[in-house]
Amino acid sequence: MSAAAAPLCVLNRLSKRFGGLQALSDVSLEIRAGSVVGMIGPNGAGKSTVFNLISGIAAPTSGAITFAGRPLSALRPDQIVARGIARTFQNIRLFAFSSALENVMTGQHVRMHATLLDSLVHTPVHRAEERRARERARELLHFVGLEGRAGTLARHLPYGHQRRLEIARALASQPRLLLLDEPAAGMNPREKDDLAALIERIRLDGITVLLIEHDMRLVMALSERIAVLDHGEKIAEGPPEAVRRDPRVIEAYLGAGPHTERQEP
Amino acid sequence: MLRPLLRYAWVVLIPLVPLVDRNAAHINFLADAGAFMLLALGLNIVVGFAGLLDLGYAAFFAIGSYAYAMLASPQFGIHVPFWVMLFVASGIAAVFGILLGAPTLRLRGDYLAIVTLGFGEIVPQTFLNLTQYTNGPNGISSLDQPTFFGHAFGFNPVPYFYVMLALIALAIWLATNLRDSRIGRAWMAIREDELAAKHMGINTTVAKLSAFALGASFSGLAGVAYASKLQLVSPDQFQFTVSVLILSMLVLGGMGSIAGVLVGSFALSFINNFLLPQATNIAHGFGLPLDFTNYRFMLYGVILVAVMLFRPEGLIPSRQRRAELRAPLSDPALAQRENAEYSGSTS
Repeated sequence: MSAAAAPLCVLNRLSKRFGGLQALSDVSLEIRAGSVVGMIGPNGAGKSTVFNLISGIAAPTSGAITFAGRPLSALRPDQIVARGIARTFQNIRLFAFSSALENVMTGQHVRMHATLLDSLVHTPVHRAEERRARERARELLHFVGLEGRAGTLARHLPYGHQRRLEIARALASQPRLLLLDEPAAGMNPREKDDLAALIERIRLDGITVLLIEHDMRLVMALSERIAVLDHGEKIAEGPPEAVRRDPRVIEAYLGAGPHTERQEP
Repeated sequence: MLRPLLRYAWVVLIPLVPLVDRNAAHINFLADAGAFMLLALGLNIVVGFAGLLDLGYAAFFAIGSYAYAMLASPQFGIHVPFWVMLFVASGIAAVFGILLGAPTLRLRGDYLAIVTLGFGEIVPQTFLNLTQYTNGPNGISSLDQPTFFGHAFGFNPVPYFYVMLALIALAIWLATNLRDSRIGRAWMAIREDELAAKHMGINTTVAKLSAFALGASFSGLAGVAYASKLQLVSPDQFQFTVSVLILSMLVLGGMGSIAGVLVGSFALSFINNFLLPQATNIAHGFGLPLDFTNYRFMLYGVILVAVMLFRPEGLIPSRQRRAELRAPLSDPALAQRENAEYSGSTS
């Protein structure tokens, strides 16, 4: 990590309790601007909880999140999107009965300025903005490889395309930080390669990526650093090579060697 | 090729109706049907666009009507002109739309329906019990007749027909604009997946309140036009059955579809105010002591059940509604996820 650049996003000792369940305890992480940071860990390790705290659906029990030098506490999800954080969902949550184009145009909501009055009478300002939004949506569909599918209802797209459409919709809000929650889930190896190339192009566009992913090959190849969660705690963090060799990670997550059984708590 | 032609044919033909059909009762019926078409267009914004089930929409109709009754009648000696009242009443209804919307923002589906149902009951009850202002069950009568450049409308239904036509045209234009706009997409997003909508940067509070306010404002227009035509308002015009009737119009025509809602509202108005009374007259002509209007709700029930069985998306569905109810899923796993419970909103 370069010493000069301040991190884009800092998680400072985040904890989250759901009733009796400690979903997350004292997780800290610095995300450098322009990097891809991977987050791995077994199911239930608290990865999605981290995403929910950053994107504002849930508030941390303790700890704080700083984004671009400013705290994110007490902001609503839509305000957090306005600050420049967009996300996708582990279980795809597209607007299933709208077209791919409409999905991406909806994603631009926060960057559009039409007031209720503009919408009501379709002022020239509104029409010009709609035209730009439509063009931008087409560009984004092209960017994720969905050109030609603009008019298809989201639910009629094949699964891999739905994942890409979610990414396009998230990019539509012009984020600085993109949270991808298991984007490769359910993809075949070819689709995963395409996805890896897409994430790399997103990074080259200057967008920082925090990536939850179970596919080790993908996450190791893409990430500059990887954080490993287990039972709500961060048990390791570092460059992929170091994480891969970390004995705690091997024990907790990678399932150890062929001759050792994984110990269940 | 034919479709756009048909669309413009309507625009030319409908205004000619009073010139061809000289029967005042027919024009009177059409003007009354127009009020319900306006109401249906308004409710469609709340239920069809934003997906907020409102079972008390007649309350806004009542508020619009009573606004005219109080501000344009001898009741308080205030005589605001009809044309001004159209704006004033839709503004008042919009304010009440926000007042109702605000406490229901966290509610969805059935819970929202129950609260709006309560509101729909409270409003007519309030007008009933505020006897010193509203004359209670007798209602307010002798409302001002609209005038157009000094000419009073009188008891001729034809001018009301044209007023309704103009208001419906305005409402169609506004509703279409709203659907194809930034706020329209925000409503679509909330209807389909409220959590995802929030994560698209949509302020769901503002979007929902906008839907309630705009939806209510349409019924303000309908209320003024209807009250001025009838020259009387009373609490029993705004019973729960009116809310249900308007909602049935949406279901029959196709929720979220502007053309569908117009067809549905006209069809039910036609049955309610034309077909059944005419059938009763004919029966009486043959000396049969039948009153078909008593079977109105039975007939609605049969129609609605038939629609649900054979065409659940309505007569002229919106593209999205048709997809929801007809289209097969490309991916069985998606169907499973769709059935999974609404998760994530733990805050």
